[in-house]
Amino acid sequence: MIRRIGIRLILVVGITAILIIGVIAFFNISAMNASLLTEVERHAHQLSETVKHSTRMDMLRNERERIQETISAIGRQPGIGEVRVINKEGQIVYSSAGNDAGTFVDRSVESCHLCHATDPPHEELAVNERTRVIDRPGDTTRYLAVINPIYNEPACASADCHVHPQTRTVLGVLDVTMPLGEVDRQIRARMLEMVLFAAGAFLALSLIIAFFVHRWVDQPVNELVKATQQIADGNLGYRITREGDDELGRLGRSFNHMTAKLSEARMQLFQSDKLASLGRLAAGVAHEINNPLTGVLTYSSFLMKRTQNQPELQEDLKVIVRETLRSREIVKSLLDFARQTVPKKSEANINDIIDRAAAVVSNQLTLHHVELKKVTDPDVPPVTVDANQMQQVFINLLVNAIDAMGAKGGTISVGSSILRLSPQGTAQVKKATCSKRHSLIDPSVKIGGLPAIRVKVRTGTEEGIMHIDPVYGRHHNQTSFPIASGRELQIQCPECGVSLMDHGIHCPKCNAETFWMEIPGQGKWEACSRLGCDWQRWESVDRDGLRDYVEISVGDTGCGIPADELPKIFEPFFSTKGQKGTGLGLSVIWGIIDNHNGSINVESELNKGTTFRIRLPLQQPR
Amino acid sequence: MNADTEILVIDDEQVILDAVTKICTSEGYRVASALDAETGLQLLDTRSFSLILCDVMMPKMDGFAFLKLSLRKAPDTPVIMATGFSTVETAVQALTVGAADYIPKPFTFDELMSAVQRGLRYRAIRQRQQGTGGPPLPEDPIVVPCPPRYRRLGHTSWVSLENDGTARVGVTHLFVRTIEQPVSVEMLAAEGEIVQGTVCAQIHTQDGLVHPVLSPISGRIVDTNAELQSFPTIIEKDPYFTGWLYRAIPTDVEYEIARLQPCGSDPLT
Repeated sequence: MIRRIGIRLILVVGITAILIIGVIAFFNISAMNASLLTEVERHAHQLSETVKHSTRMDMLRNERERIQETISAIGRQPGIGEVRVINKEGQIVYSSAGNDAGTFVDRSVESCHLCHATDPPHEELAVNERTRVIDRPGDTTRYLAVINPIYNEPACASADCHVHPQTRTVLGVLDVTMPLGEVDRQIRARMLEMVLFAAGAFLALSLIIAFFVHRWVDQPVNELVKATQQIADGNLGYRITREGDDELGRLGRSFNHMTAKLSEARMQLFQSDKLASLGRLAAGVAHEINNPLTGVLTYSSFLMKRTQNQPELQEDLKVIVRETLRSREIVKSLLDFARQTVPKKSEANINDIIDRAAAVVSNQLTLHHVELKKVTDPDVPPVTVDANQMQQVFINLLVNAIDAMGAKGGTISVGSSILRLSPQGTAQVKKATCSKRHSLIDPSVKIGGLPAIRVKVRTGTEEGIMHIDPVYGRHHNQTSFPIASGRELQIQCPECGVSLMDHGIHCPKCNAETFWMEIPGQGKWEACSRLGCDWQRWESVDRDGLRDYVEISVGDTGCGIPADELPKIFEPFFSTKGQKGTGLGLSVIWGIIDNHNGSINVESELNKGTTFRIRLPLQQPR
Repeated sequence: MNADTEILVIDDEQVILDAVTKICTSEGYRVASALDAETGLQLLDTRSFSLILCDVMMPKMDGFAFLKLSLRKAPDTPVIMATGFSTVETAVQALTVGAADYIPKPFTFDELMSAVQRGLRYRAIRQRQQGTGGPPLPEDPIVVPCPPRYRRLGHTSWVSLENDGTARVGVTHLFVRTIEQPVSVEMLAAEGEIVQGTVCAQIHTQDGLVHPVLSPISGRIVDTNAELQSFPTIIEKDPYFTGWLYRAIPTDVEYEIARLQPCGSDPLT
């Protein structure tokens, strides 16, 4: 219980408050005590003087009865203890109590000591020395006693009674005692007040602290604990919804960020794990399939040699050999996929590859009542491609098209054409570095399926990460925090922090500062630092002018792809065919096209059909 | 003509033994076959063979263990390693530890025949070299020595690291001597990639056979020898200088060079 932050805070703050209140109370009560005592003292002196003056004449006349009466009358007043007149010998001459007159007081105690401590005794006492507070045994009330010396006067010695000799200086004292009961009661009341106040303050503080600790600490901490448990249980999608601006809010946000990164990392791990086991599977399958393939290939090629004089057999055997060789390449590409090697490129006519792919699926086309319309441009120049991989791409697209049209059949149109495109919107930044040669490409974040360029951005006080679209002239940039359009950004390398700003060159469109990055082998890539301004310059690409592409389109009149699935179709293991497909087809196609520096995109309308367009560059980028 | 040539085939798959036997017999060779490496070794004790074709992945004793023992028992018999599990590593390993050639499965009739032919010629060259011990026979071309600073992959191909950081790649003289006169050389285009231990070029010869050249190193091709297209015979006449194939920027020099052998270590290359 004491370990909880709230209780600890309450105890610390409460004890501090009590200490402060205690110190204040101590001084307060001391001051009050002193002022009350002074008041009583003043009152006692006044009284003492009054008694002395009112009895003076009676004393001179030696009218003892009257003196006793006056003293008794005064002594009966409320708030007055005793009034006594004590002579030099210590005998009580008059007393308001009445019964102790004639008795002696012990000169070593009580008021007498003030003067009689020395020999000869003091003859005069300062006013403040005449009072003292006495505690009487058997009585809880304190008393304040004031002695007032009665000095000899010429009249005293010359009076008729001749009581006092002329030589005496002091004849006796008037002793007035006043009870301090009222003072003590007031002080006790004030102390009680203070204790009650301290207790009240403690209680109020506790409640206030408990309330806010619960609100600011307990609830967010409980939520964090709950979230960590959720994460530990494997629910990486759990997010903290309460996000305040305080430290715990920041912790919550950073926690959310961490889990997001964690789930991303787990996805990637999962993905690469999947790929690794696929690689192992591929390697095993390759060995198992290669042995039977050796049988087929050796026997068929042997037969081909043996039957060279039988042309009708030759044609068929040629198909067997060619297709077995293709199987060999597929198995090899499975191994390559596991090993991620590069394609074997050579110059080939894309129309021939399309024809070969069409020939392979021609049986399926007739079986599914599909008509194949070929609109190929015979002037398409040869392209540098891996012919086997390309054939695989087209076969995959054709089979997908046949599947999309189902039993009722339809039309597939395959076309090839030459296309001239501006580098803006097509050229891709594949490598980019800062001036210190740190790579800026972030393969974990993809924009439009391509690894994005990662830079650090600052606007005034805010700092964050921006992912820049790697396609030249396309501006699908993403920032990690919201920035108003039109702000100028300071751009840095996220790794070493070196500024990417080019202070010498201003944007020709909006005159803001520009930034740049190095594209190894392809010069400088520059852009405007103002968010929303679309100025970009990549001179070495612009210099090449319009670039020639071969575009191959494969369209069908099938069921189409729902719009929400379109962005996902090139992801590995995404399949619409359920048990029929592996989900690897389009992702492998995407990988092959990407390896050829090409691009593939898709247009689809539900129940009308889907068209895939592949663009392959004719001049290889240097 | 080939009747005195006997080939030993070792593979754990009967169908492959049958196919290879059929092909070799049709070409007039005699063939002995074994379903495992131990049987093969026993056969080696009984008589000598002209050539051995051995699978790498076999239960019990694998192809590499067999190769080691066979090189000790019959050092003059060239061994061609074949495997369906064709990784770059197996190819390089096989050629480095003494296999005469390496052929990935599945192979065609022609591919097998070109490998068998190269193996038999390889054996003939070695025997002539060792049999006489004297000057080369008149019908032999003049042996062109491989410069000692070059490194080679088996006796197939060589690589020379140039001062500008590129690597020149070519075919060894011994490899050229195991084939007929070249009529054309099929090469990859510039910008293409070559991978150590995989086919980087194919030499077509007068007898209609096609001989694959395994690359000694991995890298990106920056230049190809255009002269080879017009004069394929320079690969035969001057394999180490004018007959080079590619100039490439190597991708992993230290690791790959360490797996190659220095050229001076075999006088025949």
